[in-house]
Amino acid sequence: MTTLVSVVVVLLLLWLALWTVVARDAFLAVAGFVVYGLLLSLVWVRLAGIDVALTEAAIGGGLTGALLLGAVGRLRGTEAGTDAESAAAGTRAVAALLAVGVTAALAWGVLMLPDPAPTLAPQVVPVLPATGVANPITGVLLAFRALDTLLEAIVLVIALIGVWSFAPDRAWGCRPGARYQADPDGILAYLARLLPPIGIVIGLYLFWAGADHPGGKFQAATILAAMWMLVQMAGLADTPRIDHRGLRAGIVIGPLAFVAVGVLGLRSAGAFLAYPEGWAKPLIVVIEVALLPTLTLVLALLMNGPPSRGGVR
Amino acid sequence: MSVETLFALTACALVGIGLYGLIAQPHPLRKLIAFNVMGSGVFVLFGALAKRGAAAGLVADPVPQALLITAIVVAFAATAVTVALLLRLIETTGSASLGNED
Repeated sequence: MTTLVSVVVVLLLLWLALWTVVARDAFLAVAGFVVYGLLLSLVWVRLAGIDVALTEAAIGGGLTGALLLGAVGRLRGTEAGTDAESAAAGTRAVAALLAVGVTAALAWGVLMLPDPAPTLAPQVVPVLPATGVANPITGVLLAFRALDTLLEAIVLVIALIGVWSFAPDRAWGCRPGARYQADPDGILAYLARLLPPIGIVIGLYLFWAGADHPGGKFQAATILAAMWMLVQMAGLADTPRIDHRGLRAGIVIGPLAFVAVGVLGLRSAGAFLAYPEGWAKPLIVVIEVALLPTLTLVLALLMNGPPSRGGVR
Repeated sequence: MSVETLFALTACALVGIGLYGLIAQPHPLRKLIAFNVMGSGVFVLFGALAKRGAAAGLVADPVPQALLITAIVVAFAATAVTVALLLRLIETTGSASLGNED
């Protein structure tokens, strides 16, 4: 039974992947990609990665899909221009050969994998209680591989700076994205008033539960960012000016707090990002609380795009 | 065949499909989608390896799974930068062409 479900998921996944790659126009490709992202979450559930499934559904399918849908809307009319540059039959044949070759080489690697598989789980389990969190993934993210998570938070901030830097000079410091006008008595405005309180509670629950159960700051930040975007799209609030000091403080507080905890570890526990005995859980909570506004703001602002309007400084 | 082997082999095919689209599709947005498909194939392969590493009472190796969460978020950030770059290209040149300028 479980095998049957997996086979059906695999077939659908491959069909959708092919669809997104060969679909006639970009809108169909993006629509296929959104469904593909949701189906991938099912794959993660079957691969026993509930935390990954939540992240995939929220970010891989949800945010990336919404981002690409927004881009398709603004790219209408540019497809005809590039259709003339369609790859020649020879190029396509070479691409297909290359794709089959890479797939075959990877598949050979998969079938040749050593048995039993190498794993770090036996090293994680005995030391997990020292971190004070029961979810091994949160433990890995914030204790054993905290450096990766720190660099990731920094990468997000750099990506946001990258997106902002595509603004024309005259728009620097202005508001990003479009100013949405919606019917103030319409269903969108109604939902934008009704859903955010519920979304904020669910987001904060996922955030807090992430210590011991699937969930955590990334999934929580995505939900909070989505609530903010809903309010923007209903025209109830405008996007912030990117030269707003409070906004910029919120964006950098996560990485700064993370680095501060790291330096504290250097002084008190002898290594960067090491936690002193008995202080692991409180310090992890400090980092998580500081990262939540950073992740929420950066995810939403990445969706908003470069600053474009709102007058001069 | 075990579930993890099945998904690992699927992941190999996803990488191939994405690679084909990346080369064969002329429009940059289509290339971006294909690149995301290719990336998701790498993620699924890594996730299948994590499932193979189930041990010590855990259903999967938590280290690769934690890195996957990081990877998905970073992939989204890179996609957002690429979309902004692409929109700026069209705003500046009026075309999405990646060909050589005449």
